[in-house]
Amino acid sequence: MTAARPTTTRARENRTGWLLVSPSLMVVALVVLVPFALVVVFGFSEVRLVDIPYLGTEPVTWSLDNFRRAAASQAFWGALWTTVLYAGLTAVGSLAVGLVLALALRRPFRGRGLVRALLLVPYVLPVVAAATIWKTLLNPQYGLVNAFGRAYLGWDAPVGFLSTTSADVGGVPVPVALLVVVLFDVWKSAPLAFLFLTARLQSVPGEIEEAAALDGANRRQTLRFILLPQLRAVALLLLLLRFIWSFQTFDDVYLLTEGAGSTQVMAIQVYTELVTRADIGSAAAFGLLMSLVLVVLLAGYVVLSRRAGEGP
Amino acid sequence: MSGVRPTRAARAGRAVVVALALLWSLGPVAYGVVLAVRPYGEVTRDPLGLPTTLDLSAFATALRDEADGGFGLGRFVLNSLGVALGTVLLSIAVCVLGAYAAARLRYRGRAVTNGIILAVYLFPGIVLAVPKFVVLARLGLTSSLAGLLVVYVAATVPVALYMMRNFFLALPASVEEAAIMDGCTLGQLLVRVVLPIAVPGVVATAIYVFMIAWNEYFYALLFLVQRRELWTAPLGIAQLGDFQVPVTVLLAGSIAVTVPVVVIFFLAQRYIVSGLVQGAER
Repeated sequence: MTAARPTTTRARENRTGWLLVSPSLMVVALVVLVPFALVVVFGFSEVRLVDIPYLGTEPVTWSLDNFRRAAASQAFWGALWTTVLYAGLTAVGSLAVGLVLALALRRPFRGRGLVRALLLVPYVLPVVAAATIWKTLLNPQYGLVNAFGRAYLGWDAPVGFLSTTSADVGGVPVPVALLVVVLFDVWKSAPLAFLFLTARLQSVPGEIEEAAALDGANRRQTLRFILLPQLRAVALLLLLLRFIWSFQTFDDVYLLTEGAGSTQVMAIQVYTELVTRADIGSAAAFGLLMSLVLVVLLAGYVVLSRRAGEGP
Repeated sequence: MSGVRPTRAARAGRAVVVALALLWSLGPVAYGVVLAVRPYGEVTRDPLGLPTTLDLSAFATALRDEADGGFGLGRFVLNSLGVALGTVLLSIAVCVLGAYAAARLRYRGRAVTNGIILAVYLFPGIVLAVPKFVVLARLGLTSSLAGLLVVYVAATVPVALYMMRNFFLALPASVEEAAIMDGCTLGQLLVRVVLPIAVPGVVATAIYVFMIAWNEYFYALLFLVQRRELWTAPLGIAQLGDFQVPVTVLLAGSIAVTVPVVVIFFLAQRYIVSGLVQGAER
């Protein structure tokens, strides 16, 4: 397309390209790359909050103690497991809810635009407002859920949904607080999955479905053999993104439970190490270990999507 | 377009799913609104009841200054507004040209910068919170709104770059090519041709960035929890939740800070959604 243009134009475009993009890159470097370098330094050294005024004036003493302590601590492994469970359940849950919504709203009907917009409300809501509402909803004294349960479902005592670590339901131990926090995050994040899936569904050509119908495929077969395969790539991407985001969640869990009821996720651990225990090095080490898990996961995804691309 | 005709049963099934979906999405919000307009005593006495009268006093109590017997949410809202607007201005200013270059200009290393934009967008996070906190504390900025502004710009630049690049990619290149043929310089091209057609995308990105800054809680907690006069609206509501504040007042405050974002989001909904999901269609 541009073969006819003289090379000077090419050189000028190269120069202006860099000129325009450099402010953005500089900010990205300043706010992402530099902090990342620093978190590595902190993770491998003994720094506490009280040392902040002297930072940069004294040489760094390197040590592996932060990682050694993390690996030896029960709190770290407990938090890691809680976080994996939380992020995994949230990813699957929000994909499932998003998929049901996207399929239900796929065909046009009167008021579809409005319904679609209203379904986005939980995603747009400030997380603090959402958490306040949910905490009220689940409050043992005056919350709707407990009041309803006691009035109509014959509950003997109110259930502390946000503070109960585990309850026996038909002989099976159920992690109540963790599931509530997962449900909250699914509620807040399913609309985004719904949007992505809807966008993908809209680009499935109608002819394929018509051809399938002519060949005698029923609705379930159309869904199973035409629509779902088309959604596989975006579904995998959504699972990965939601897992990555939920893996780092702080707000939702902290606002609902402050880590009570065995909902101490990694982000809360980092916060506790930093603020409560005033240990910068340890907080940085926890953060680095978190990113290590995510990097492994991303690498897995890349390998998986490569392989899927090579297939038929 | 007709595709496979839905049966009557399928249509009824869909109506049920849509009704349930609306209940699931809006039920908790509606509950919050209902409680906010009921007197506190009535809520604790009869949790399942509906409002008999419309009592808006909780909103007034939430928003009024502490000196007037309120909870000072009005001031927290002003703090939030200042930080959020500042974030929008800085973040857009830093990103708009870069996003354009990344989308359109062929410079050496373009693939790398595009990769960096995506990687940074996907990898935000708590991991960088520790060094950001330490650096800003070292600079003496952690108990000021200015420090908060810096982290909000840092947090929104990747999203803004990513979204605006998507918008620029979706614009037809032919208009710009025609302008270049007519002898436009790059400056003229940007100001007279690109920006006018990019306005919806820039506005949508600005709104999205505003929402992120307006809703943010973690850094506000980390930086400002000791400085009550500087609390942002989300921090204020969360902190008051730990005090003996009637739940109706908390909910009124929550609704009050929610309404503006929901309204502006819906005004620009179509553009924001397309900016977010572009690339998912493939």
